[in-house]
Amino acid sequence: MHFGGVAIDALRAAVGVPAAAYALAAIGLNIHYGYTGLLNFGQVAFMTVGAYGAATTVYHGGPLWLGFLVGAGLAVLLGLIMGLPTLRLRADYLAIVTIAMAEILRLVNRSHTIEPLTQGVRGINGFAGAFYRVNPIHSGIYGWGSFSFSSRNLWVISVGWAMVALSCALVFVLVRAPWGRVLRSIREDEDAARSLGKNVFGYKLQSLVLGGVIGAMAGMLIAVDQQSVSPDTYIAVLTFFAYVVLIMGGPARVLGPVLGSVIFWFIIQGSDGLLREAIRVRYVTFIGTTDVGAVRFALVGLLLMLLMIFRPQGILGRREELLVDER
Amino acid sequence: MSAEATTSKEPRPEPGSTKPDAILVADGVRRAFGGLVAVNVEHVEFQRGVITALIGPNGAGKTTFFNVLTGFEHRDRGTWQLDGHTVAGLPPHRIAQRGMVRTFQLTKALARMTVLDNMKLAATRQRGEHFLAALVPPAWRPQEVAIEARALGLLEHFQLSRLRDHYAGTLSGGQRKLLEVARALMVEPALLMLDEPMAGVNPALKQSLLGHITELRDQGTTVVFVEHDMDVVTEISDWIVCMAEGEVIAEGRPSAIVANDAVIDAYLGRRHG
Repeated sequence: MHFGGVAIDALRAAVGVPAAAYALAAIGLNIHYGYTGLLNFGQVAFMTVGAYGAATTVYHGGPLWLGFLVGAGLAVLLGLIMGLPTLRLRADYLAIVTIAMAEILRLVNRSHTIEPLTQGVRGINGFAGAFYRVNPIHSGIYGWGSFSFSSRNLWVISVGWAMVALSCALVFVLVRAPWGRVLRSIREDEDAARSLGKNVFGYKLQSLVLGGVIGAMAGMLIAVDQQSVSPDTYIAVLTFFAYVVLIMGGPARVLGPVLGSVIFWFIIQGSDGLLREAIRVRYVTFIGTTDVGAVRFALVGLLLMLLMIFRPQGILGRREELLVDER
Repeated sequence: MSAEATTSKEPRPEPGSTKPDAILVADGVRRAFGGLVAVNVEHVEFQRGVITALIGPNGAGKTTFFNVLTGFEHRDRGTWQLDGHTVAGLPPHRIAQRGMVRTFQLTKALARMTVLDNMKLAATRQRGEHFLAALVPPAWRPQEVAIEARALGLLEHFQLSRLRDHYAGTLSGGQRKLLEVARALMVEPALLMLDEPMAGVNPALKQSLLGHITELRDQGTTVVFVEHDMDVVTEISDWIVCMAEGEVIAEGRPSAIVANDAVIDAYLGRRHG
C-alpha cells in the first residue's frame, strides 16, 4: 500500500456505513443534548434495542420489516422507561440512568438466561437476508480504481445515508418550528419555560424518545451491515464516539453530526493507514503495528483538544453562542 | 399620577381583609422546610385591577409564598383560587396557562435565544408546538406571523426593538428585566406576579419599568410584586400586603402601612417599654 492508497481508504471510510451509523446516533444525541440540553450518556442503549429488536424478530420467524418496527417501538419504550422517572429531576439523574441502562442491556444480552431469546454471547447471525434480496443494484463493483464498492456494500451505504438525509430533514423542520423553540428554551432555562406555560416534562420526553428512535436506526444500520448482532458490539464507548462526532461537527446545528461523523471516520481510517504505512517503510520505528489501533484514538483525542482550544463551538457551531453571558 | 388609585369600595386595612373583586384568594397556605415554617398564610385576597406590593423583612417568606402560589414550590397544605377556579396543586405551566404568570428574582433570560425568539416562545396555544403540527409548516405559519407581529409591537413598546436579533444573553441586567416583563405579557396574563422587578436595574431603566407596570394596571392587568425598595413600593403600589415570619401581619394603603406599628415592629424589631 502507498500513501495514495491511505487517502482513498480514509475517503471510503468517510462515506461508509459506520460513518452513516455514527451520524445517525449523533443526530439523535443532537436532539437530546444540542437542542434540549438532555445529558443522555446511553445512546448506545437505543442502538442496542434497535438492532436486537430487528434481529430477534427475524430470529423468531418474523419478517425483517416488522423487525425494524419492533426495534423502533422498543426505542420508544426505552425512552419512556428511562425518561418517566428521571426527567422531572435534575439533569444529572438522566445521565446516570442512561449510562447504567446501556450497561444493563449489554450484560443482559450476554447472560445465559436470555439465550432462548437472543442467543446470548453468540448473537444472531444472518438475519438481514431479506434486506439484501431487495437490493436493486446489479451485482458488480462500482467506483473508480480503488475507490469502489460492491453492489451489496453500495446498497447499505445508500440506504444508510438516505436515513441520515431523512433524519436531517426531520430535525431541520422541527427545530425551525415552535416545537424546536420550546426545546431550546428548556436547554436555556427549564423554569423560565415553565413560567411561560410550557410543559417541560412532556417536551423532554418527546425529545428523548425522538432522539432515541433515531439512535435505534443507527443500531439497525450497523446490524444490517454486519448481518449480525452480538452484545459486545454495543459498548458504552459508542455513546462517547457519538458525542465526539457531535461536538466536532457542532452541537445544535442540523448538519453538525453529519460533518462530524465524516471527519471522525476519515481521521480514524486515515491515521490508521498512515501509521501502518509509516511503520512499514520504517519512517516510524518506536511503535509497532499492534499499537496503531490505540494510537489513532489518541490522535483523535489530540485533535479534539485542539478543536476545543481553537474552535470550541465545533466546526459548524456559532461562535457568538459561546460568547453569550449565561447569568 | 396618584399612586393610590381610587376604588369603588375600599377594603379594610387589616390582614386577610376581603376585597370587592378579588382575582386571587388564598386560604390556609402553609409551607415548611423541616422545622422552619416559611409560609403560613391564613387568608389573603388580591384585588383585581390594582398593583399590590408584597413586602416584609428578609426571610419573611415572600418569595416562597410566590413560588407556592405559582406552582414552583410544593405546598404542605392550603388552597387558592384564581378567578374563582382552584389552581392549587397544578403544575407551574398549567397555572401560567390559566393566566397567572410570574417573573423571577434572578432574571431568566433565555441566553442563547434571540430577544425575538424569547418573545415568540411565550405566546400560548401555539399550534406549532405540537410535534405533528410542527412537521407541517403551513399548519402553524399564519399563527407564527401573528405572534411575531404582536411580539414586535411589545418590543417596540418596551424599547427593545433594536435588540430583536441579539442573543438575550448579551443584554444588560436592566434590559433583561424589561425583556422578562415583556415576555410575560406575551402570555396575556390576567395576573402578573413580579419577583423583585427592580433588583439590579439602573435608575433610568427603573423609571421606565415603573411606568410600564402602572400602565399595565391601567390597561386592566392585575400586578402583584415582591419588592425591597420601599420608595418603589410606595410610589407605584395601590395596596400593600406585609409578611413577617411566614404570616400576613398587615395590609393597607401605602400611606397607612409605613406608619403601621406591626410593620415597623417586623422591620425594626419589637419595641420595648
